[in-house]
Parts: sequence; structure tokens; C-alpha cells
Amino acid sequence: MIEQISMKLAYWMYAGPAHIGTLRVASSFKNVHAIMHAPLGDDYFNVMRSMLERERDFTPVTASIVDRHVLARGSQEKVVENITRKDKEEEPDLILLTPTCTSSILQEDLQNFVERASLNCQSDVILADVNHYRVNELQAADRTLEQIVRFYLDKSKNQSVVTQNKTLKPSANIIGIFTLGFHNQHDCRELKRLLTDLNIQINEIIPEGGSVQNLKNLPKAWFNLVPYREIGLMTALYLEKNFHMPYVSTTPMGIIDTAVCIREICQTIQQVALTLQNQNSKNQRLKEGFDTYPNAMTEGPPFENRGGETPSPFAQVCEGERHLPFEGVENYIDRQTRFVSQAAWFSRSIDCQNLTGKKTVIFGDATHAAYITKILAREMGLRVSCAGTYCKHDADWFREQVQGFCDDVVISDDHTQVGDLIAKLEPSAIFGTQMERHIGKRLDIPCGVISAPVHIQNFPLGYRPFLGYEGTNQIADLVYNSFTLGMEDKLLEIFNGHDTKEVITKSLSTESGLNWTVPALKELENVPGFVRGKVKRNVEKFARQNNIVNITVETMFEAKEANS
Amino acid sequence: MTTNILSNEKIVFECETGNYHTFCPISCVAWLYQKIEDSFFLVIGTKTCGYFLQNALGVMIFAEPRYAMAELEESDISAQLNDYKELKRICFQIKQDRNPSVIVWIGTCTTEIIKMDLEGMAPNIEKEIQIPIVVARANGLDYAFTQGEDTVLAALAQRCPTVPAKLNNSSIAQPSLVLFGSVPNTVATQLSNELKSQGITVNGWLPAQRYNELPVLNENTYVCGINPFLSRTATTLMRRKKCKLIGAPFPIGPDGTRYWIEKICSVLNRPEDSIFSEGRNINLNNLHERETKIWNNLEEYLKLIQGKSVFFMGDNLLEISLARFLIRCGMIVYEIGIPYLDKRFQACELTLLKQTCIQMKVPMPRIVEKPDNYNQIQRIRELKPDLVITGLSLANPLEARGITTKWSVEFTFSQIHGFTNARDILELVTRPIRRNTNLTSLGWNTLVLK
Repeated sequence: MIEQISMKLAYWMYAGPAHIGTLRVASSFKNVHAIMHAPLGDDYFNVMRSMLERERDFTPVTASIVDRHVLARGSQEKVVENITRKDKEEEPDLILLTPTCTSSILQEDLQNFVERASLNCQSDVILADVNHYRVNELQAADRTLEQIVRFYLDKSKNQSVVTQNKTLKPSANIIGIFTLGFHNQHDCRELKRLLTDLNIQINEIIPEGGSVQNLKNLPKAWFNLVPYREIGLMTALYLEKNFHMPYVSTTPMGIIDTAVCIREICQTIQQVALTLQNQNSKNQRLKEGFDTYPNAMTEGPPFENRGGETPSPFAQVCEGERHLPFEGVENYIDRQTRFVSQAAWFSRSIDCQNLTGKKTVIFGDATHAAYITKILAREMGLRVSCAGTYCKHDADWFREQVQGFCDDVVISDDHTQVGDLIAKLEPSAIFGTQMERHIGKRLDIPCGVISAPVHIQNFPLGYRPFLGYEGTNQIADLVYNSFTLGMEDKLLEIFNGHDTKEVITKSLSTESGLNWTVPALKELENVPGFVRGKVKRNVEKFARQNNIVNITVETMFEAKEANS
Repeated sequence: MTTNILSNEKIVFECETGNYHTFCPISCVAWLYQKIEDSFFLVIGTKTCGYFLQNALGVMIFAEPRYAMAELEESDISAQLNDYKELKRICFQIKQDRNPSVIVWIGTCTTEIIKMDLEGMAPNIEKEIQIPIVVARANGLDYAFTQGEDTVLAALAQRCPTVPAKLNNSSIAQPSLVLFGSVPNTVATQLSNELKSQGITVNGWLPAQRYNELPVLNENTYVCGINPFLSRTATTLMRRKKCKLIGAPFPIGPDGTRYWIEKICSVLNRPEDSIFSEGRNINLNNLHERETKIWNNLEEYLKLIQGKSVFFMGDNLLEISLARFLIRCGMIVYEIGIPYLDKRFQACELTLLKQTCIQMKVPMPRIVEKPDNYNQIQRIRELKPDLVITGLSLANPLEARGITTKWSVEFTFSQIHGFTNARDILELVTRPIRRNTNLTSLGWNTLVLK
């Protein structure tokens, strides 16, 4: 039976429409131009990129406008003309024709336009294979990236220019760094630093800043690193299937998972090295490519320099006699964890004690929500009352990740459901998207933003990665600051605003004409801070109503009874 | 307005490809839901529309706005579901949650393409839920940005009563004046007061602050527009409601405001159907004095822009009026890009533009309808104007190349009408110039690699 989804009343959406994902991929690559088949006004993506990313260059996206004439007669020559025109004007490497919700319904033969246009174009021309009604922004981005990589690798294969030879030194492709991604630029820098520390060279980073002409070099890397769950996995799977390239998809977010990621990287590299060695000894023809490899491994900068020793993590593979493959790696992880990152120490410091058991709700994309949940529960000792994601297509993975780290899981893209849940749980802090930040504002609960959708303040100029060891520091700050602010709010409430006079007079109600007896004041102090103000107000109201001047403990109880 | 144009020089009109950036016309819900306080706007469209609204209107999304999306899913498109039932269900939900006095359905590209019969369904659902439903097709297939308001006002005009609520036989033939165009209430009051001081009473505004305060419109009603993008509304008022349209330049800038008032006065001062409260004559001297005083107050701003050049890329249809005002301020306008130009509705504005150019001894600008942003950027590179008024998608890249820009959408959202707000227009126009004057000595004016 076909599931019937009815027309939805909606104010807010977490993931955007499919074409946004495609445009994000296209405009992340260098010299790729996207042409949207869309009505006037649908090029809002350009505004977002120009404003949120504060992009200096013109966004390489134009629209082939669908107007009344197109409705009546079809696009006819219009799309083809727009493609060939852009080919001449900008001379891009690739033109990506991007369908929108409008073209999904018009059902014009866009593939045919692409084929006709490519006859007259220097650029490659392809049609993004995304359906507005089937996939969202994130799925579309994942798919488009795979489509482009596949297109260029197939092309190179046909021209036999794909390099299957691996680089001499261990190397990695980073897949999934995007324009308009949540702190992607900073994460990318941090990942490069991490890989450099591990003595791994960066082969290609895609799509951000990458060139489609270099995609043929992707198979030269020893493995692929896919930092985000949402975007890049399809490409990694394609490369694994067709080029036997292993990939690491553990996100290095938080101390524990950064370590897990590093260990996986090392295991992967050892396996690749082993395979290469076997091939090398078997196949003399490959000798030229690889017999310098062991030297290269030992020549490079030492993996972890301790007292002149150079225990490369891959030493045993390289030289065949050392048997401490992980010693260097474990030392590195240990050192980074305890001394470079401040997060481990922070969770031990007495500051963090105050956070123990504090209730939080976490919501966001699958990657960020899952890993932040684990960090808060495992590394900081907070209580995650509920963890959730709007990535409904990845619900199983999410559940599996957060199992045991939270009381409850919510999978929903309906912001009112999330809002109601937060109102019901009354957490001390929320970690979510911009939407949850606003829910928090309304409910007076502090919120740290950990995931897209985002506003301009989530594109900071300063260095703010979420990944790697510096990322752990940033996350710790974010968490701690959210709670301190929450605590300040409570204190303000207890002391009735910023005016400190009332504290000095030692009476909580000097101006009210009411007299609180000492025992009553003591009783009031027993009331938990965050409701004390309210209780006090209620008692005074009751006293006034009943012409009571001296407030005693009894008055308080009477007031309570009268109110309940 | 009387004109005596001596020059043979003509304004050049051109039309390009229409490949330009502008906001989708559904953005009009942003200001209209605030203007019409008891309304609810329902945009019937896809995720694309929703994503635009959510991002373009930013923080307003979170203030419990009185607008929402009826998001069409694949089953709606393929007609597996009954549109009528779905819309009825949603409107019932809106009635329960918000109980508005009117629900405005905004038709989008998708409802156009799948030919969803909104106009046909609305009267039936209206009967069932007992709330008026107004249908406006503010889609990107036909319209640009501010034209969205035009479609809504044209639809609202149909709902205006023809006969006054309190029917008084003696007053039936009284001529009245109704102004159309959505402006913040303070601006509406300011403009009404300007006319009042000339002895003219404004009998109503389209839109009014509340749905049930919509003005009475009939063959005795004079109407006058305050925004250049309201040509459809003007047509509807004339053809469907038999109103008499007063063609005038728009009250943007002190010059525009003066001509606007003068024109209204000159029309309504006809002895046969004078609506002057006490039969007073127009005190045009007083009006000229007022204009001069406003200009004098603008002196410090004028110094900053006199002799400087402007290029309008075009996206909100305010361009001609703004260009005319800036030329009067002493600027040189190279190009006026504009999404759509109704030469009849803007006739007086165009004449005033021409006259202003002659008066200020500057060349006539070229007016480019449906501009092509790519070509425009080539022209900007050649002309190197001192200021480019453009949309958000091009502003940062142009600034990075050392070209000073002003974000055009701000003119739509700011108070720019009447004598009082002339200062605000210049505040907007000069802000980038003042900012860049501060920074220019630092030397890093071009921030892209060649």
C-alpha cells in the first residue's frame, strides 16, 4: 500500500529542498556552473551563499527562467541556449543542469537538452539526478557529489587516465566539505592538521575548493575520510566498490570518537600498506611505483618525536621487524587527549562537576546530534533526556549511535513536535539548531547551536571547528557557556534582577509593607532557587488579600493551600 | 501635472533576457500580514517556497507569524489526494488555532502548473468555514518581488464594499478619496495629514489595518496609488470597481511628494465634484515652502552624493521613482534596471523623470526592463559607477571588487514615502558612501585576487 502523505501545514523546515543540496555541491567545486531550471525568484541560494558565507565571488549559479511562455511552449531552445551561453561566458569545466520542484512537475526532457547542449560546449554538461519530491537537501547533495565523481572517473577510465597507483606516502581524500555547511571550513582545517600530525598526506579535498579535473586523482589516495554522515558516504561507497578504496566514516568529534577515528585510520593504512607490499612483491612491474615506499615512510617527519625515537605507526609494515604498530598512535592520542585538548581536563575540573546530571535535550542533523549526545553523556556526565534528529532517512543509524546515552530518541522533522517535547521535558539547556534556539528563547532555556539549519552567526570569522582536538575545546566552551548563562539567569531570578540593594537590606520585600518573620524567611530560603521568587510573590499576594501584615510560616502554608 | 518638455532627447527603453535576481513575489506576506492585523496568509506551494520564506524572513518566522505553508507533497501533485479536502482541513486548523478575519491564499508556481483551481475552491471552503478566503496568485512565473503585493491588493479590492455600511441617501453621490498601497501605519497617517493640510480628507486605505475596515469603492471614488508596482490593483479598481484613478508621480522624495499632492489637489479641486472640506483653494505656495524646507534639511546628505553616479540593477519596481529623486538630489543615473514597467501606470513618474533630467542638466538614463545581471555586471565594470543599487546576491561580490553597493531590498522595507521620510531614503543611499569614506584610506578596497 502506498503511504499517503497529506498536504502539510508548515512554518519551518529543517532540511531544504533538493536543488539546494545540488547547488551546494556545484558551487563548492571550483569552476563549476549550475543552471537551475526554475521560475524567477528561485535563485535565493545565491543570496544565502553571498550573505551567510560572506562570499566574495559571484555565486556560479544562474537560472534558466521558467515563465508563462515556457509553460505554454516548453523550454524549447531556452535551456540549451542558456547552457551554451554560460559555456562561452565563464568557460567552466562543468555545467550542471539543476532541476527544481517546478521542473519536476513540468517533466520536460532535460536530459535531452543536456545532450544537445554538450554538442556545442567546451564544458562537460550533466543533469543532476535529483527528484524534488523524493529527496531533501542533504540526500541530494550526497547523490550529486557521487554523480559528479562517477562521471569524471568514468570519463577518465575511458581515456585510460585514471591513476590507480597509490601515492608513495599514506594519503587520504577528505570527502564532504561543503559551502554553507555547519562550521565546515574550520573542520576542514582541523582535519588537515590531524592528518598532517599522523604523517598522512592530503590527496584531494572535495567538493570545497576542489577541481573536477583533479577527480581522476581520487584513487591515488590510500583511503577516504568521510567526516559527516549526511554528505559523502555515497561517494565513498562508490570508490570502495569500483576502486577498492577503504573509507573511515567515524566522525572525529569528541575525545573518545576522535581517538576511535584515528585508530581506524591507522588500521586502514596498515591494511593498505600490506596489500601494496603483497602486490609489490608479486608484481615486479609495479616495482618502480612502490619500492621507494618503505624509505618514504621512514624519511618523512617523525610521527611522534619522543627522545629521538621515530616509532612510526606503520613501522612494522615498512620495515618488517618492529612489532609496536600502535605505540606511536596511542602515544599521540594520549598526549593530545590529556594535554593538547583541554576538554579531558575540563571534564575533571570542578567547574564541570556542576554540570553533572543536568538535563539536556539534543536535536540536529544525524552526525552532530549523535556525536554531541555521546560527548555530553560520556565525556561530561550530563543527562541527555532526549536526543533527536530530523534526518528521518538515517533514523536506524542514529538510534544505534545514541543507544545507551540518552533516555529517549525522537526522529521528526516537525519543529512543533520538538518544541512541545522540550516544553514538556524542561531541560536546563538545549543543544540544537537555530529553531531550537528560538524555542529556548520562548521557554527561557539556554541553547547552544550544534547543527544546521543555521543563521549568519553560525559562520564565525574566528577559528571554530567542531572536529578534532581543537573541536573538543570549542564544544566544551559551547556547553559550559550555555549552562553558565542558564545559571546566571537563575541567580538573577533569585536576587530579583541586577539591582543588589535588596540583598543588602536582608529583607526580600522592603517596599511591600509586609513584614516577613525570621522563621518565614528561613522557610523561604528552603524553597528551591528557581521558584523562590514565584512563591514569595504568591505568599505576599495572599497576605495582602487577607490583610495579613506579618508573614509567618503558617501564612506561607495557608497561601500554598489557597493556591493549590 | 503640466509638463513643458523642451528637449527632443528621449529616454531609451530596452528589454533584456530577464536573467536577473529578485525575490519571489510570495515575500509580500512578510509585510502584508503585519499590515493587515487580523489576516492569515497561507502560501500553497512546495518546500522551495517554504525554504525561501524561512530564510528571507529570518527572525519573523519565530514570532508566531500569521502565515504558513500548505506544503504540497508528491501525492498532491499527482492528484492522488483531493485538493479541496486537504485545503479545507488546513483552513479549519488555522481557524481553530488563530481565528483570523480573513485567510489569504497565495498561489505559487506549483499551483499554476498543476492548475489547482484556487479561485474555484475558495468560495465553497469559505462557506464551510465561515471565514472569507481571498486568492492571490503571487507566483514567480508571472511576477517579481513587490508585484506580489499588487496581486493581493487587486484581490482584496474585489472584497471592498460598494455601498457604505450606513446608507445615507444624501451622501450617496459624495465623491471620496481612497489611497492604495501598503505602508506602515505611521506613514499612512503622515500622508493623510499632508493631504489634510491641503483640505483633502482621505476616506480610506487599501489595505486597511483590519480586514473589516476595507474602504468603500464605487464610481464616486477617486483612487491614487502610492507605490509604482501597483498597476494591477489600479486596473482592478478602475475596471471592476469603476473608481477614477488619479495618475500622479509617487510620493517618494520631497519632489515626488509635492507633485503627488498637487496632482490630487488639482483633480479633486474641480468645481463639479469638489471634495474639499470647506471649499478652500490649494495653497500651493505653502506646499512649495514645505518642499524647500525639506530640501534644506537634506543639505548635509546632498553634499555627499552630488555629482556621484548610480546604477540600478533593478529588482523591486521602485527604481524609476528612486532614480528620479536621486537625479533631483544631484546624482547621475546611468541605468535604471526594472523587472517590469507599466508605462501607463508610471506615465506621470516617467514624465517627471524626464523633466528632472532636463532641469538638472543630466543625460537621460537608459531604462532596462527584464535586465540581464551578467550583462549588467559587464556594464558596471566599464562604467565604474559610484554606487550600485542591487540585490543581496550580488552586493558582496561587487563590494569585494571595490564597487560600493546599496542593498535594494532595504528600500522596500524602510519608510520612504512623504516629506518626512525623504531623509530616510538618503540615509540609506549615503550609508555605504559614508562607510566607505571611512575605510578608503586604509587601502584595501579590492579584496579579490585578480
